[in-house]
Amino acid sequence: MQNQTNQTRQMDWRLVGRVGGLAGIIALYTGAVGMVVTFDQRSLIVGWLTLGQALLFGAVFAGGYLLAHKTAETHSRNNQLFGGLVAGALAGLPMTAVLLLAQYINVRSVFVNISPALFNIVTLGYDTAGLGLFIGVTAVLGFLGAGVRILPEGARRPLLTALIGVTLVGLLSELFNQILRPMLGRQLMSQLILSNALRPMTALVLFVVIGGVSALWTAKGENVRQAIADLPTVRRTQLTWGGRSLGILVLLTLPLFLGVYLSEVLDNVGLFILMGLGLNIAVGLAGLLDLGYVANYAIGAYIMAILTTTGGPGGEPIMSFWAALPFSVIGAMIAGFVFALPVLRMRGDYLAIATLGFGEITRILVLSDWMSPLIGGAQGILFIPKPDLFGFVFRGPQQFYYIILAGCFLAVFVSWRLNNSRIGRKWMAIREDEDVAASMGINLVKTKVLAFTLSAAFGGLAGGIFAAKLGTVFPQSFTLLISINVLSLILVGGMGSVIGVVLGAFVLVGLPELLREFAEYRLLLYGALLIVMMLVRPEGLWPSEARARELHGDEEEPPLDEIPGGTGLEVEIETGVRP
Amino acid sequence: MLRRQLENINFVSLFLLVFRITIIVLILVGSFNTLVIDRTYSGQQWFNLVMSGLAQGSIYALIALGYTLVYGVLLMINFAHGEVFMAGAFTAFFVADAFGRSGFLNQQPILAILILILVAALVSSSIAILLERIAYRPLRNAPRLVPLITAIGASFFLQYTFRGLYGSGFRSYPQVAILRGTWQIGELSIPIVQPVVFGAALLMMLGLYWFVDKTRTGRAMRAVSEDKQAAALMGIDINKIIVITFALGGALAGAAGVMNGLYRPQGVSFIMGFFPGIKAFTAAVLGGIGNIPGAMLGGLFLGVFESVGPNLILEGLGIPSANQLKDAIAFTMLVLVLVFRPQGILGERLAEKKA
Repeated sequence: MQNQTNQTRQMDWRLVGRVGGLAGIIALYTGAVGMVVTFDQRSLIVGWLTLGQALLFGAVFAGGYLLAHKTAETHSRNNQLFGGLVAGALAGLPMTAVLLLAQYINVRSVFVNISPALFNIVTLGYDTAGLGLFIGVTAVLGFLGAGVRILPEGARRPLLTALIGVTLVGLLSELFNQILRPMLGRQLMSQLILSNALRPMTALVLFVVIGGVSALWTAKGENVRQAIADLPTVRRTQLTWGGRSLGILVLLTLPLFLGVYLSEVLDNVGLFILMGLGLNIAVGLAGLLDLGYVANYAIGAYIMAILTTTGGPGGEPIMSFWAALPFSVIGAMIAGFVFALPVLRMRGDYLAIATLGFGEITRILVLSDWMSPLIGGAQGILFIPKPDLFGFVFRGPQQFYYIILAGCFLAVFVSWRLNNSRIGRKWMAIREDEDVAASMGINLVKTKVLAFTLSAAFGGLAGGIFAAKLGTVFPQSFTLLISINVLSLILVGGMGSVIGVVLGAFVLVGLPELLREFAEYRLLLYGALLIVMMLVRPEGLWPSEARARELHGDEEEPPLDEIPGGTGLEVEIETGVRP
Repeated sequence: MLRRQLENINFVSLFLLVFRITIIVLILVGSFNTLVIDRTYSGQQWFNLVMSGLAQGSIYALIALGYTLVYGVLLMINFAHGEVFMAGAFTAFFVADAFGRSGFLNQQPILAILILILVAALVSSSIAILLERIAYRPLRNAPRLVPLITAIGASFFLQYTFRGLYGSGFRSYPQVAILRGTWQIGELSIPIVQPVVFGAALLMMLGLYWFVDKTRTGRAMRAVSEDKQAAALMGIDINKIIVITFALGGALAGAAGVMNGLYRPQGVSFIMGFFPGIKAFTAAVLGGIGNIPGAMLGGLFLGVFESVGPNLILEGLGIPSANQLKDAIAFTMLVLVLVFRPQGILGERLAEKKA
């Protein structure tokens, strides 16, 4: 805590330089990897702001905000604002320098994305003189970022909420367009929200409304929460149950007003929720980092494909979808069991890489000519019929939604019960410390094998549904990226937490499908997200309580030692006890 | 209770024993069929397979050294090391391309290749140092899985960053005239590039061995890997040593990248780092992770095994187009090593902390 008297009149120029430089490098990076140009094709507010500009200038704005945030207690307001201005101008420099260089030498033969298109976006169409303009704009943005930070809390929160809210609605305008169009009519809709951008008036109104609501909540939110807490218990239960039944009603009718495309997105999210909850048993509860989860998914899908394919138009399948589904699950469980046995003695990173090896071996075998008489090699398996139930055919994504929803409910129920069961506690004990768990009488072999097997079951279920939904199975669908995807959504959502997994699936699978411009940069953003999450919030967005405590529990204690590796005691435990 | 536990352990051990015997029988039967019964390949062909395996294996060995060095001082697996290798190889391509077009590459091939290696080593080193600074250093005291997850994240981040920077296509290094011919040794002929790659890699490995064994910094590195506290008390700047370690590993990976570019005609791209990365990790574990000569031996062994294995073992077992399963052989080897001998061939006690 800095004293008021310590508040320096002097600027911390090094900090300004660092923040400005960092923002500048990020801005240059987004340009150089091509994000700015790709995202520029998508507007947020028609005629005013594209996604590319939002990204480029957002980095600078955030830099100004961050600087003011860091200097909040040491600098005067004028200095904060001035710092923001300078940092903003600095942030414009790297991009300007590179683009200026590109005018004279051919940078593009190496860096493919330093293109005239980028030049146009950065200079706002004003040719070389625009580069000066760009620095001016970034300086102003840095100034504004700092300006927002020094506003009083009551004004700052609504302003930021409104900014983020409008950006989100703009990003998801397709979603809003699809849902609202049947209600408001095509005519009115095209005046409000286009399928890929907001109208300026709508953006303005949204900004005011979100800001107003947020301001109101900042001022009165405490009272409302208090009022709810003061309600008699009976009324409160009624309220929660009312909320829950409304939620279930919405879930059941969702595909009816979402349309085919959005239902498809929702189906994918659902499949990933299924896999996420499955992998969560191994990774989140038992702490066994499994990078070969895709193997279970592939095995479930291939079993379903082999058992139900008609082999061609008019052929007869071996069995129906419903009869084959248990086989998918059991097959995946057997695979999980067999893979679990050899890796029982490994821990941590060795386990992760061994499971990665299993996943890759499965994929290579499936692709090979050797196995192709059975499972079709690179051509895959075609002609998997759609399932039906009492005459109701699950034809498209809107119908499949219900199968996936049922699967998700089952998975959520199982996870929820496992979380607080005896076996769940055993898993968590193993996650915390294997040796201690073993000495407490937990049978490591059984417990770990059970975690792998149960975890595989959900992968098999998801795979079986996936095969029937797609109607074909190709080895290309089962790459390492699926494993990474599932792992990321667990980690981002929050290890060991059911709500976290659902949230993670919506953010990491649902959002990129809605924002098709992101497709090319999906894995880049995943990677960045994983790093940032681990650095800033390792417990995930919505962590389970135990996990959060585990990762932050020791923060109150003062650090015992500056030396990496911790105290001497820890080292001794690591070398001494572990066999 | 005790009996129950014993039964379980017996079951797992039994499973592993059967697994081990099956693998050994498969290898023996396959090799016997190929060598004695079918006699499909001539001596020249086997020689070529072994030589190309050695060249490829020396590239693996150079990458594996990066894993082993970092593991030695930090006890962590730098999962993104394959991407460090890719960064150098991909960047040096543009220099090689410029040299190739200006003719410099064929006028002064040795100098040009040295410059390429220098460029790649610099780029890879910088990436490795940045990686350490941004993604690993803040997490040194975090639970073990956390840095591994950041490393996975960093791996994808780097892959797609370079895809964004340099584009997504495959780019082939230009041909170097003096590397194109073959050498004739009696009955046998070898493409010149293979012994050149092998020799250069060997030189670098010897250089590294000398550095770690004889110089002051190398001694400090060994001290840090033995005991960080004691090293710090002796006045060694641990952070500096860790940065140097990452830089060294990165430099070797970058050099490996250039050799890979010169040796393999497929060219370089943003995804080229993944498989060599995993294979080099296998090599590092095979030789005993944390052990420098082990990584070299492991790399060479894996290279030869992967090159000879499909023809020797799989074809003997009657598996069609066995070469498709080359990568599966490497991964099977990875799993087998991790299961049966996690401390590696030249295993040190060090590895047992993790096993």
